[in-house]
Amino acid sequence: MSATRVQLISPRTLRLLSPGRSALFLPGGGGPHRGGGVPGFRSLIFPSLSSSFSSPGRALSSLSTTRRGLPKTKMSDNGTMTRGKVLTIDNMNPTVKKVEYAVRGPIVQRAVELEKELSEGRKKPFAEVIKANIGDAQAMGQQPITFFRQVLALCSYPELLSDSTFPEDAKSRACRILNSCGGNSMGAYSASQGIGSVRQDVARYIERRDGGVPCEPDNIYLTTGASDGIVTMLKLLVCGEGATRTGVMISIPQYPLYSAALAELSAVQINYYLNEEKCWSLDIGELQRALDEARLHCNPRALCIINPGNPTGQVQSRECIEDVIRFAAKERLFLMADEVYQDNVYAEGCQFHSFKKVLFEMGPEYSETVELASFHSTSKCYMGECGFRGGYMEIINMDDDVKDQLTKLLSVRLCSPVPGQALMDLVVNPPQPGEPSYERFIKERTATLSALAEKARLTEQVLNTVEGIRCNPVQGAMYSFPRITIPEKAIQEAKKLGQQPDMFYCMKMLEETGICLVPGSGFGQREGTYHFRMTILPPTDKLKILLNNVKEFHQRFTQQYS
Amino acid sequence: HKKTESTPFRICQKLCKSSEITLSTLSVYTCSLKNIKQMEYFVLFRRTNQIKEELRQVKRRHYTIAIREWKKKKFKNIHCLSVLIFLCLNSQGVRKSYREVIDVSWGDPHRAGVKPLSFVRQVLAACLYPQLMDGDKLMVDVKQRAQRLLKTCAGGSVGSYSDAAGIPQIIQSVSEYILRRDGGIPCHPENIYITPGSQWALTVTNILKVLVNSEASPRTGVLIPVPCHSTTIVSLTALGAVAVPYYLSEERGWALEVETLQQALDSAKGVCNPVALYIINPGNPAGYVQSRKCIQEVIHFAAEKKLFLLADEVYQDCVYGKESEFVSYKRALAEIGAPLSDTVELASFHTASKGLMGECGLRTGYVELVNLDPAVMKYINNLFSTNSCPVLGQVALDVMVNPPQPGDPSYPLYLKETQHIRASLAENVRRVEEVINSFPSFSCQSLEGGAFAFPRVFLPPKAIEKAKEAGLQPDTFYCMRLLEEAGVLFSPGTEYGQMEGTYHISFCIMTPTDTMEEILKRLSTFHKQFMREFA
Repeated sequence: MSATRVQLISPRTLRLLSPGRSALFLPGGGGPHRGGGVPGFRSLIFPSLSSSFSSPGRALSSLSTTRRGLPKTKMSDNGTMTRGKVLTIDNMNPTVKKVEYAVRGPIVQRAVELEKELSEGRKKPFAEVIKANIGDAQAMGQQPITFFRQVLALCSYPELLSDSTFPEDAKSRACRILNSCGGNSMGAYSASQGIGSVRQDVARYIERRDGGVPCEPDNIYLTTGASDGIVTMLKLLVCGEGATRTGVMISIPQYPLYSAALAELSAVQINYYLNEEKCWSLDIGELQRALDEARLHCNPRALCIINPGNPTGQVQSRECIEDVIRFAAKERLFLMADEVYQDNVYAEGCQFHSFKKVLFEMGPEYSETVELASFHSTSKCYMGECGFRGGYMEIINMDDDVKDQLTKLLSVRLCSPVPGQALMDLVVNPPQPGEPSYERFIKERTATLSALAEKARLTEQVLNTVEGIRCNPVQGAMYSFPRITIPEKAIQEAKKLGQQPDMFYCMKMLEETGICLVPGSGFGQREGTYHFRMTILPPTDKLKILLNNVKEFHQRFTQQYS
Repeated sequence: HKKTESTPFRICQKLCKSSEITLSTLSVYTCSLKNIKQMEYFVLFRRTNQIKEELRQVKRRHYTIAIREWKKKKFKNIHCLSVLIFLCLNSQGVRKSYREVIDVSWGDPHRAGVKPLSFVRQVLAACLYPQLMDGDKLMVDVKQRAQRLLKTCAGGSVGSYSDAAGIPQIIQSVSEYILRRDGGIPCHPENIYITPGSQWALTVTNILKVLVNSEASPRTGVLIPVPCHSTTIVSLTALGAVAVPYYLSEERGWALEVETLQQALDSAKGVCNPVALYIINPGNPAGYVQSRKCIQEVIHFAAEKKLFLLADEVYQDCVYGKESEFVSYKRALAEIGAPLSDTVELASFHTASKGLMGECGLRTGYVELVNLDPAVMKYINNLFSTNSCPVLGQVALDVMVNPPQPGDPSYPLYLKETQHIRASLAENVRRVEEVINSFPSFSCQSLEGGAFAFPRVFLPPKAIEKAKEAGLQPDTFYCMRLLEEAGVLFSPGTEYGQMEGTYHISFCIMTPTDTMEEILKRLSTFHKQFMREFA
């Protein structure tokens, strides 16, 4: 039937645009069409955050509707209909409406407004807005690794290669990177999978990290930050209708990238709760419960793990990872391991184990069957280079035909930013002992990581001195996710405003102290519990003041509403 | 080095071998994705990589032989070695008549040998490594620019995340640029989003995501020009939309005639619900530049038929036709006046990847949205907030919209470099038209803008037959032979769509002039031989 329909479109185009494949004009032609709306189960853990504020978006509220470029009402003065919008809230893609991103949500928008008000000289009870909402290390003053920046500067402007102030190893590294770029320029597109030599270096890095477990450069894909890889993999996984719709298991609390992507893809989000009492550990029984319940409504196909945890900061033990792999094998789930904080492990006795390594040490029964995608980026760890959007994913045991589909999907976005790829290369292949930049590199890296470890300890310690705040140890990553007690009166007050209680709490904290945090409801939490996420990134002296302000605010808040 | 370098979307091809594939755990994936068509071009692309590898190996082998000989003969002089290498390369077993493949199938100026603009790269280097500003290596305006841009970054570092819509000050610069470009028509920064990737990567996709209701029945349709870049069709298909083609008139220099838009709408009846009209101006791959009158007609049509306008204007700086002038859709819309200027919804795209700067690898572009419903804008804002764009690309974008001015210390060099690129491009255009049109079996419409030539090639029936035997489209067959025999990679018209029975080839003309001369030389020799063979 689809073939005759295509005839209607334009007989002569058929062959031209789609040699032998009518499907071009009729995506899904002949296949099942999705009829109005995805039926059934969809556990949206977030109440609509954006609807609770009247000024979402970039100061949209401040726009005058009379400007050109903004719509007029549909009805003109004399009551006749003028041209309505093509794109309206009613006919736009409904899945887009479900997309929310708490890390950049209304609290952050308000923080931006407050900053502006401060800069305009308005009086506030604080001198500056401190954004402890997002894991953006360099925005908080962390210094970039000198070697990385030197090489990138040389790659940008190769005339500097004759400058004697740059160390020789930086120069040779820059030459090597430029030689693998098209036309020897970072301004040329790369292969959509990423520059070949960078993928090789990533593979060698993974082999070193995992104690010699082999890694194929062909399995490495360079991505635009880790999020690009995660979203692409989810796209690949999602299919089916109704009860066969793909379900994806994510931890609660989770990083909102997952829920936003799943909402956009109309996939079913399957929540499994981390155990807060046991330091946010992952419990296989809970995985089983979540999976069994979800099987009634959807087709669970993937299990996402964030290790070290975001926002919860736990580091998984080796045993736990083995259990998860056995579970995934038994239940035939695709494993997605978000391991972007792999160098951010602070707690005594904790160690990062990659899923890949554990998988391969469990023997061929697992290592040859369990499908795994592991993600890493240049944005976290000691680098903190978020602005470059560099990252990679390694794919293991994926079906070759599906790999072809993945390649296709990635090729639509052409390639990831080349400077990010270059930076990824430097991260996986840093200066070696004996090279001129080695000492400085090690010194800088150690300084950053030990400062983070110190701040992790400090945060946990100070927060736990406050009555009504309970904070698990920050074993890894860059955040604390303490539980807060919110008095009943405050909960009522929040309800009146149509807000989540912890949103109400954080908003109030922002207004009174200038500290910008993300409420736990943005990440998901057990019903009736309240949290906030705070980064441990501000410089130590600033962090001390910040923690003290949080403490005082909490006491004030509790008093006010008790 | 197992798999050799591949340029971006060419890989697109590895696609589904047949409509039904049996797979393991990941056995079923989004049907839209499966429907993305197999690109013929892949065959070409794969062959290119093979040839490149062969050439590399031949070269390596001959170097080894030459070095062995050199050592054996105990020559002291290094010049003897180069003579030996030369002799070896030209003697035994060199199958090809060329030493390297020239790839101009993709609009990637740097890859083709165009030099990056110094000012852009100096600013980038200074932002990356601010210590550079302490010395006297850089001009004072480079330092000033870098300092100003670093101040706009959180923590004064290009390593921090930027705002979801882009760095506000750079958005401001972009809006001022648009204002100047459009002769003072207001441009509001709130309507601009800086995005990772150029036109199709994320920008258009994000807008399309909002427009395309994947759950709607009938499906959402988007009118696209023929010829049109294949990534357009891929993206549309991936989103579950239907591409409805409208044909540009080749005889009239690839002009857009409004009647063809109507025909396209008619053809969509009963199949899909067209909501948007995608325009490429200046053209890609056909090098046309639309006239103001044409643009106005298109706008009226869109208004009448209630279509959302998607204007791909990434080659706005690449206009070289004598009579041509770039008029933005936004400007034309504003000039039409009320009520259309207040109602027709428009998204206009631009990028740092194209134009004279050609910084494709930095992956940054922007979109300006006009007349959108604020309620929809709210969701677009949410959508854009999930991705954050590369900061270096934004720095380049800032320079693009705000280049050195007369009187600035960097201006003379900037002027020299941009003039050189423009002059090379103009020369290439002249030579391409001259050489291509000297063959009766070629016809190239006059090139007015963009970075590509898209000449029609009249293939002899015997060649068409031969192509069928090989299981290739005739123009793919032609490109394959060109690659094989002359070492030049073009892309076939089939990739872009063309009138049935017509064949085209497409290639990037933004290259150094000597590269273009070499391409034309190889093409001419090959073409004569090809036509003789199949006469």
